[in-house]
Amino acid sequence: MSATLPLPLPAAAAPAQPSRSYWTVVWRQLRRDPMAMASAAVLLLIVGAAVFAPWLAPADPYKASMIKRLLPIGSPGFLLGTDELGRDLLSRLMHGGRLSLLMGVVPVLAAFGIGTTIGLLAGYVGGRVNMAIMRVLDIFYAFPSVLLAVAISGALGPGMSNSLIALTLVFVPQVVRVAESVTTQVRQLDYIEAARMSGAGAFSIIRTHVLGNVLGPVFVYATGLLSVSMILASGLSFLGLGVKPPEPEWGLMLNTLRSAIYSNPWVAALPGVLIFVTSIAFNLLADSVRSAMDIRK
Amino acid sequence: MFAYILKRLIYAIPIALSVTVVSFVLVYLAPGDPLNAIAPADAPEEVIQALKSAYGLDKPVPVQYGLWLMRAVQGDLGLSIASGREVTAEVLSAVSNTLLLAGMAAAIGVVLGCILGALAGYRHGTWIDKAATALSVVGVSIPHYWLGLVLTILFSIWLPWFPAMGAGPGGSGEWLWDLEHLRYLVLPALTLSVIPMGIITRTVRALVADMLGQEFVTALRARGLSGGAVFRHVAKNTAPTVLAVAGLQIGYLMGGSILVETVFAWPGTGFLLNTAIFQRDIPLLQGTILVLCMFFVVLNLLVDILQPLIDPRMGRS
Repeated sequence: MSATLPLPLPAAAAPAQPSRSYWTVVWRQLRRDPMAMASAAVLLLIVGAAVFAPWLAPADPYKASMIKRLLPIGSPGFLLGTDELGRDLLSRLMHGGRLSLLMGVVPVLAAFGIGTTIGLLAGYVGGRVNMAIMRVLDIFYAFPSVLLAVAISGALGPGMSNSLIALTLVFVPQVVRVAESVTTQVRQLDYIEAARMSGAGAFSIIRTHVLGNVLGPVFVYATGLLSVSMILASGLSFLGLGVKPPEPEWGLMLNTLRSAIYSNPWVAALPGVLIFVTSIAFNLLADSVRSAMDIRK
Repeated sequence: MFAYILKRLIYAIPIALSVTVVSFVLVYLAPGDPLNAIAPADAPEEVIQALKSAYGLDKPVPVQYGLWLMRAVQGDLGLSIASGREVTAEVLSAVSNTLLLAGMAAAIGVVLGCILGALAGYRHGTWIDKAATALSVVGVSIPHYWLGLVLTILFSIWLPWFPAMGAGPGGSGEWLWDLEHLRYLVLPALTLSVIPMGIITRTVRALVADMLGQEFVTALRARGLSGGAVFRHVAKNTAPTVLAVAGLQIGYLMGGSILVETVFAWPGTGFLLNTAIFQRDIPLLQGTILVLCMFFVVLNLLVDILQPLIDPRMGRS
């Protein structure tokens, strides 16, 4: 029952059974793309600094000192200066990466899982079930995404888990749309019909024949969401809706350092540089992945 | 054409209705009692009951929704729990400020985006193309609340050209169309314009590059049309898509201005939402979300209706 028909799909499509050769080709393509490699290197650096922060950071990110407040960049002992409570900024930025990256990546992963499942279901079952699911999701499209994120996390109350829920809810409908449209296309192909006639159950058809085709486009779409998610997640913390002080997080640090833009502007702007660099690296990498996975077209 | 508009209008009704449901129900997701904001924790039971019936909180949720919707249709969104003032009045004055900011940002973003995108599309593969593409990537990747801070540092603190906060010399008084007030609009509008600028540049670039490779352009050129005349054809063919993208962007800006408004202390809906969220002011929260979303729904509808006017092929299907 190994069906490997070439698919006339407009979107980037993996073969029905993701063969090793396809991913090898994608990987080779990516490796030859200098932009992709540079973005990946930057991301690795940021992720590495965040993951190993407890061992690498020069100081305790929570240790405040009233006499060492808002030291400029390059002060002895404080490479990137100190924040409004005299805490070492470099250490806080490194530790802050843990929550910021977590808050940016987790909603996309969750939406990828939930959205693909709902999209597969809607697309494969079709008919009224599809109609019902898609019409309900249309409602979410009537909300601009930033407003939806702020409204949900504002309604649930400030806090990290509520922000994660809010962001996931923002992304799920978008992922469902992609997954549903690809599933609907795949479902009408002859080899699915053949599998069904040879007695395969719905679950095993989805697992072996549909999933492989759907995961590719949805994966590409989800990588594109990472940058948006980073900006939104830190934005929620910036508004005071996400991570709570004294926890280090880039968006929140940007907020608490705002009062320092008159006395020490460069230190105050630093957390935003990291959000920006991470987000642009995610965006460039997503673009490269998209074009690398497009080779089948 | 008429049937098309009618169909769009009818399709917008269930969406608008569900938006009212979501705006209303959203705040009931929250744990805790909305009255906590005004009633002290040790208030006697009678006082709490009296307050509950005063705000209509003693009825079942569907009934509350029905009553709320009936009044909302008539333009009455209730009283703000925190300030005691009418929500409709507060939201309307804030919405006009947000609309001003979002409209200006959209205008800057769309104009710049079209110019950059067309240049990049025409000069495909040259340094102009690369610069425009890079700028558009920056535009969609930059955390705009941070850009707002950076612009404040550069053009308000270093070079004291523009004010950093508020919407007028008196803080947040009445908006006037004079130079003094416009100076307050420059930084927030520029900050917010970066997002539509990036997206429109991308869209226009791809459209123009694609269009120039098509046979009808070759045919026009072969007939000896000047560059300007060919461009008019290209522009006409890209307009419907650009309009659709631009329309959506204005809607996103209405919602997305929350963060920028916070940075610049702009007295718009973002400020109102912030107040409503942190004071747990439910009528104000519901009202603001509802009005913003209705703007978005109407805007989508307008785009849907305008598109076939520009491109008659769409109305026929």
